[in-house]
Amino acid sequence: MADDALELRGITVTFRSRDAGEQPYTAVAQTCLTVRSGEFVSVVGPTGCGKSTLLNIGAGLLQPSAGEVRVFGQPLQGINRRAGYMFQAEALMPWRSAIDNVMVGLQYRGLPPEQAREQARTWLERVGLREFEDRYPHQLSGGMRKRTALAQTLALDPDIILMDEPFSALDIQTRQLMENEVLALWAAKRKAVLFITHDLDEAIAMSDRVVVLSAGPATRPIGEFEIDLPRPRDVAEIRAHPRFIELHSRIWGVLREEVLKGYAQQLKKAA
Amino acid sequence: MLRVAKNLRVWQMGVLILILLSWHMVSRNEQTAFFLGEPITVAGRVWSWFVPVDLPANALFPDGLPGRADIYLHLGITLLETVLAFAIGTVLGLACGLWLALAPTASAILDPYIKAANSMPRVILAPIFALWFGLGIWSKVALAVTLVFFIVFFNVYQGVREVSPVVLANARMLGANHRQLLRTVYLPSATSWVFSSLHTSVGLAFVGAVVGEYLGSARGVGYLILQAEGTFDVNTVFAGIVVLTACALVLDGLVGRIEQKLMKWQPRQGETEKI
Repeated sequence: MADDALELRGITVTFRSRDAGEQPYTAVAQTCLTVRSGEFVSVVGPTGCGKSTLLNIGAGLLQPSAGEVRVFGQPLQGINRRAGYMFQAEALMPWRSAIDNVMVGLQYRGLPPEQAREQARTWLERVGLREFEDRYPHQLSGGMRKRTALAQTLALDPDIILMDEPFSALDIQTRQLMENEVLALWAAKRKAVLFITHDLDEAIAMSDRVVVLSAGPATRPIGEFEIDLPRPRDVAEIRAHPRFIELHSRIWGVLREEVLKGYAQQLKKAA
Repeated sequence: MLRVAKNLRVWQMGVLILILLSWHMVSRNEQTAFFLGEPITVAGRVWSWFVPVDLPANALFPDGLPGRADIYLHLGITLLETVLAFAIGTVLGLACGLWLALAPTASAILDPYIKAANSMPRVILAPIFALWFGLGIWSKVALAVTLVFFIVFFNVYQGVREVSPVVLANARMLGANHRQLLRTVYLPSATSWVFSSLHTSVGLAFVGAVVGEYLGSARGVGYLILQAEGTFDVNTVFAGIVVLTACALVLDGLVGRIEQKLMKWQPRQGETEKI
């Protein structure tokens, strides 16, 4: 379908282990996942279940062992040029100031420096960092760095936005602020979003659809839930909505078992 | 601790004065003076080398001091060799380090040879370089280049390999091609490693130049030292050492200055999280 922004078809990812004796590790098995244009999809699953692997496949940073990725109907080869990726870890270049970081993608595209700087400045303003454009990443707080990374990703105006637990390192207040800002920015542009998180509250509060993954190895989707909560939402207030609580308990019923399984496996691995 | 830190310079000068004083006391004995030299005579030698003014006889120098100002040619040669070697070695090391770090096949093939070339005592190449490049400055430059090259090379190699994979993936997602990755990610990330290596390599560029001169030359501070040693003139040898040390310190300070300018993005203590 043409209005599918990102489509993963029968994706399997098997990592060959470096040590000869060890078994190859299948992180993701036979996974199908679709994000329609303008849709906000969250993927939740226990820790270490291969959520990030799935996102890297969608970004084209990782090649699947089997299966196919389609971007707006076209098979994906190499890096996904229509996607922007917001990483979980620090991804800003420490040797560039905030504004230089935001404009770097525009420079890669060959925009003249003054024009790139102008656009970058607009984006920094939009995420509330106007006064901090000359600061280096180490001079910014964690939340400010995330905002800069958000501006960096959105400045290229990607059609698909991939987010890998982008706010997991932030404190809860900063996190809710950022979530609301992302929702506002998303509502203005209506891009396709694939959002990875381990936080079910965050997933339900932000998304149109929540996909639950099974515990690894050989992760696959085991449940899909349409979130029919009214928009625009405030992530803090929506948690008190009766429908939110109902959805939460339904999804948690599916997720709970997988979390326990995943935890047991981690214990076994550590032993 | 705090009180010492406040007067750090005073204490540092104190140590220097203590060393000079004990050197002076010890050298009162003529036999020791033959081997250790005398600080006052050494200072007089440095004066004669640098200042074109004769000093009349005085309490410290009963015979007076001739102001010959004749070291500039020698010092200029040595500095020229050092700076040339430093520049050539750094550029070569940077280029080879970048190339090998980004070409895993080539680096795998060349690995044993690089290890061998690095562990070889390279100073013994000096006679061979003298044979190849003659007794002029280029044999000294070549020797010093071999010393500088490997230090910079290994640091760049390491620096490129330690680029944060997340920053790299991010740059690729933002649409960087190979050349842009090199310019905006690999090079800046390697610079911090390069600068830490430059401090060591400035000193080694000097070592290469002086050892080269020492083994065969007609000019340079190493040549002066060799001449003095031939006549058991230990004071001139020490004077030469003092001059070389001062020059190396100045060059190192220059590198430090440039480093501070270029590396201002690096967090320094007490400056982090300034909001």
